[in-house]
Amino acid sequence: MIPRPDPTLETLVLNMGPQHPSTHGVLRVVLKLDGEYVLEAHPVIGYGHRMHEKMGEVRNVSGFYANVGRMDYAGALSFGHGHVLAVERMLGIEVPPRAEYIRVITTELNRIASHLLWFGAFLLDLGAFTPILYSFDDREYILDLLEHVTGARLTFSYFRVGGVNRDLDERFIQGTRVFIRRMRSRFEAYHKLVTGNVIFRKRVEGVGIISPDMIRKYGATGPVARGSGIPYDIRRVEPYSVYSELDFDIPTFPEGDCFARYRVRLAEMEQSLRIVEQALDRLPDGSVMAEKVPRKLKLGPGEVYQAVEAARGELGYYLAGDGTDVPYRLKIRPPSYSNLSLLNELASGVLLADLVAIMGSLDLVIPEIDR
Amino acid sequence: MTLEEILQVLETTGVDAAPADHPTKGVHVEAWVPTERLREVAQALRDREFLIEDVIGVDAAPEMMVVYHFHRLEGGCRVRLRVRTDRESPRVPTIQDIFPGASWHEREQHDFYGVEFEGHPDLSPLILPEDAGDLRPLRKNEKKLKSLDDIVPPPAHQGEAS
Repeated sequence: MIPRPDPTLETLVLNMGPQHPSTHGVLRVVLKLDGEYVLEAHPVIGYGHRMHEKMGEVRNVSGFYANVGRMDYAGALSFGHGHVLAVERMLGIEVPPRAEYIRVITTELNRIASHLLWFGAFLLDLGAFTPILYSFDDREYILDLLEHVTGARLTFSYFRVGGVNRDLDERFIQGTRVFIRRMRSRFEAYHKLVTGNVIFRKRVEGVGIISPDMIRKYGATGPVARGSGIPYDIRRVEPYSVYSELDFDIPTFPEGDCFARYRVRLAEMEQSLRIVEQALDRLPDGSVMAEKVPRKLKLGPGEVYQAVEAARGELGYYLAGDGTDVPYRLKIRPPSYSNLSLLNELASGVLLADLVAIMGSLDLVIPEIDR
Repeated sequence: MTLEEILQVLETTGVDAAPADHPTKGVHVEAWVPTERLREVAQALRDREFLIEDVIGVDAAPEMMVVYHFHRLEGGCRVRLRVRTDRESPRVPTIQDIFPGASWHEREQHDFYGVEFEGHPDLSPLILPEDAGDLRPLRKNEKKLKSLDDIVPPPAHQGEAS
């Protein structure tokens, strides 16, 4: 229950947001404070609600391509990946290997871009201004590469049922190889600038500890789960696409605090670079679109569930069809939704300043929560 | 924990669970659960370290359906539970005290379909605005409404409790 102000009590009810620099979008958190300590923290969401699920029920599959890029603006390609995989699973469409490799290469680049955005914004929340200038410099390279191949910088609708919209060219491949070399040389600077910084360490170490049981109770996934020592990554536990053919590690840190989640994401960027490099080396020749994709995609009758690992965790698509080309029900399970729902339990008893660190370490993207 | 063990666990709670074809369905186990057994099954899954994925309403005739997804952290066992409930006044027991993460998912389905999750302490609008009232945006109108058999083909009905 959202607390109401009561002048007879010693506690204070304070609104954080809906317009607040550290909420990364339009999120309001109603706080019940005892001095500087947070007793309760109730997120109020839905300010950016656009009802993507209803839109999915009134238009056919290709009509939804534009929607998938507009939920998680920082890692939109994963949303497209889950969507086309769900439809392909329902219809039994085989995708050419080249298309599947292209999907993995672009999605992993997008994941790095998302983590770089988080890196800058998280440190900005903690009062460190400079790191975002470095991370946005690197992120710009990825956005240019993705813009060259997909035509968009953020709101991608690049994947199609049966393949991808257009093929990679030599310029993208060479540019990505240059970027991989550049990015690898940048991590040292990141670690020197931030990871070893004593002020940063004091703000994040031992703050906001999430236990493995909390992960299960709330269904928290992604770097939040892996920062609590749980190697839960859909790319490994339920492999989809061509991830089972690629060699990469799932970084985990057992501490469960904000610093562990920070280290998971930095390590993940290095793993994503490994994935992109291998996928480029193995990129098969051939078509990027399956040949026998029906013009009218008749769904079902039946249900499918498709989970993919988005930048923030497990993204699930539940698709129910009734035999027509318009889905009967399309449910999207965004990772941040479950990750944010544990905030009240996590925040009780922490300092208000630590709440900012905790929310930053959860890597929230509000439009995907509101949908 | 293997699939056979999960099926056995669901069987001990008196639910007829059936293995599903993962490559085409995306889940490993499917089960229709009578409403009164739902909490018992959810508790059994909680005790065996399952993780809650989501709670999904599906409007259909003559009854609507609420779908629950669970997964294990080591993977390989995605469980789908289905509950039928009356379309006019849908009532399903809450599992938010067993899986606190279900709280938001249940509130969302209450927003979209008006499903009353009995025992939930706060079903106030979460995603919709406070004054949304009886909007229920995902309810199907008579023209669009399909039979449950059209969504879940009848073989899956076998062994259901009436």
